[in-house]
Amino acid sequence: MATTERNFVQKVWDFFCSLKLTIFLLISLALTSVIGTILPQGPLPPEYVAEISPIKLQIYTKLGFFDMYHSWWFIALLYIFSINLISCSIKRLPHVFKFITEPTTILGESLRNSFSLKKELAISASVEAGRDKLAEFLAKEFATPVVNEHNGEYHLFAQKNAWCRLGVYVVHLSILVIFVGAIIGSLFGFKGFVTIVEGSSVSSIESRNGQQIPLGFDLRCDQFNVTFYNTGSPKEFKSILTVLENGQPVKDYTNVRVVVNDPLTYKGFTFYQSSYGQATEGGEHFFTATRRSGGAPEQFALSEGGVATFKDGTTFKLLETTPEVRQFMPDFSGPAARIEVTFKGKSPQTFIVLKNYPEINAQRNDELTFNYLGSNAKMYTGLQVAKDPGVWVVWLGCALMVAGIFIAFFMSHKRVWVIVSKGHIRMYANANKNQAAFQMQFDTLADKFTNLKI
Amino acid sequence: MTSSILFNVTTIAYMASMVVFFAYLASKNKTLGLTGSIIAYVGLIIQTAAIALRWKESYDMGVGHAPLSNLYESVVFFSWTIILIFAFIDIKYKYRVVGAFVVPFALLGMTWAQLGLNTGIEPLVPALQSNWLLYHVVTCFLGYAAFAVACGISIMYLIKAKHEEGGSASPGGLMAMFPPIRILDDLNYRAIMIGFPLLTLGIITGAAWANYAWGTYWSWDPKETWSLIVWFIYAAFLHARFTRGWVGKRAAWLSIIGFAATIFCYLGVNLFLSGLHSYGNSKM
Repeated sequence: MATTERNFVQKVWDFFCSLKLTIFLLISLALTSVIGTILPQGPLPPEYVAEISPIKLQIYTKLGFFDMYHSWWFIALLYIFSINLISCSIKRLPHVFKFITEPTTILGESLRNSFSLKKELAISASVEAGRDKLAEFLAKEFATPVVNEHNGEYHLFAQKNAWCRLGVYVVHLSILVIFVGAIIGSLFGFKGFVTIVEGSSVSSIESRNGQQIPLGFDLRCDQFNVTFYNTGSPKEFKSILTVLENGQPVKDYTNVRVVVNDPLTYKGFTFYQSSYGQATEGGEHFFTATRRSGGAPEQFALSEGGVATFKDGTTFKLLETTPEVRQFMPDFSGPAARIEVTFKGKSPQTFIVLKNYPEINAQRNDELTFNYLGSNAKMYTGLQVAKDPGVWVVWLGCALMVAGIFIAFFMSHKRVWVIVSKGHIRMYANANKNQAAFQMQFDTLADKFTNLKI
Repeated sequence: MTSSILFNVTTIAYMASMVVFFAYLASKNKTLGLTGSIIAYVGLIIQTAAIALRWKESYDMGVGHAPLSNLYESVVFFSWTIILIFAFIDIKYKYRVVGAFVVPFALLGMTWAQLGLNTGIEPLVPALQSNWLLYHVVTCFLGYAAFAVACGISIMYLIKAKHEEGGSASPGGLMAMFPPIRILDDLNYRAIMIGFPLLTLGIITGAAWANYAWGTYWSWDPKETWSLIVWFIYAAFLHARFTRGWVGKRAAWLSIIGFAATIFCYLGVNLFLSGLHSYGNSKM
């Protein structure tokens, strides 16, 4: 009974220590990750729901495909991956430690034959004189050797970079550190969003799961600005923000310029420029209507969606406005309004009136010419807000990973043995990686070695 | 002299290099092999000058930025990195014939860029106005290029292995030009040893940039996810080398699949999927 139990435990242990499992997991993670790049993730857009068959929708939802990177099976894969990583390391680390701390200083017959790098030299001096000379030689040309006597021969052993055998375990550890950082972030951090109208301030933000999170201070938007290149593509989105404590502006956090790629961080909260728009409340837009037959222009004000009716029965509806038309019409700039005008007894027509180009507005040659004078509407800025106490752990993991990969790939454990016997000396060498490069180093060493006059 | 003329000269140089390498394959004349390499290096130098000139031209236009901001510029840079990595492997390991399987990738890129893509210099949109752009793009593309070279070598491996299996190992044939499969397997591994650390750095710099610009180092955006998929495949490749039954042919296939995933990550994601890296696709 006890043996079958041990057998079972042994089998489980072997399963988790296996490199085949590692390859299986890496390929499974690669294959399953594809799903989330094809199917929409998070809240589903209604068009998608309308398009997909109900059965498919049900199956996909059950399998967690619409939030697959947080689904139980994907997280389970990551856990198994971590266990595999830890098991492999636990199994192999003691051997590696032993290899580093207790190197083979006396080279046995079978090992000697397994090395391809070797060199022999005849000597006339005594074994002791040879030993001292060679110890000096190795210390100067390679590394200080350990000297042992064995069956009347002297075995000299020298090594370099033994610790680089740990590089791969540093990489394994770094992955676990990154996971820990991610877990800290998901437990103690949050992501949210806030919009602030110019001139007003906020004291809390809304997190992604709909929770209101108090900031503990106030954040005011003094101004928002967007500029465009001549091509019509945006050049800069800029918010001017001020942090307020108890209603007072905080020094060094007053009139801070926040643009994309240059956020504001205060008390662990970071605010990122993300979106913008025109505030709807209270925003009035001003227009003039001029009769072709003459007379003074008539001025009127409307908010978006509002309708004005003229004496002759013509109706004017304000559909939408923009403070900068360049992004839609690259040849023009400045504010513009899209309006719907219905002359009495005619069908409605929709067109755009520009603030900076009254002559273009006049080209329509309608009974009434409309001009847009602009608006007193304020802009709002949309800021992404994040707090992630785990991010430094993630960076630590990344640094470990880069260092570990560098050590594991580009450094090798180099070992040299010299056996001094009566009448001759033999030198053997081995590197655990990049044998070709080490061969050249060994050849230089061997040249110097053969020139030794002992 | 404008950069676009130099880019055309580059394309012609890579074309000539490829033709000479093919002639080398057919004739086994060593001088041709050397000529193929030299033409590729001349192309590399001209392309380097062209990239520097385009950089300067963008400053002259008042929209100064590193030429890495749209699809055209990235394809050109990708070709440049492929030849750079090829030069490194050629000089270090001296298996000239590899050029016949690697230079075509660079030529393909340059031809597509010069004939099929919008070559205009455009100002940087706000999302790209950061120094991280340079670090992120350079590391990613050097990594991609090393994978391209590894893919070329793996194709050679499979051809050679198939030939050897067929048993028709005529000593004077085309196959005699190919390095032994043991060497090809090793070169494949070495190219991936260059690419994997660079891809890792590329993903990390991307995460650092995302965190700096948006407050999230990882958001499972399709581009990010695909870069991770590529990373998983090459991680599997690296572990496969220490596992019985996974060396040789399977490793070569993993390398080819890895490069296919790399190309999907680079182009496919922008063409077929939507996400944060959308500035790459509208410029076609």
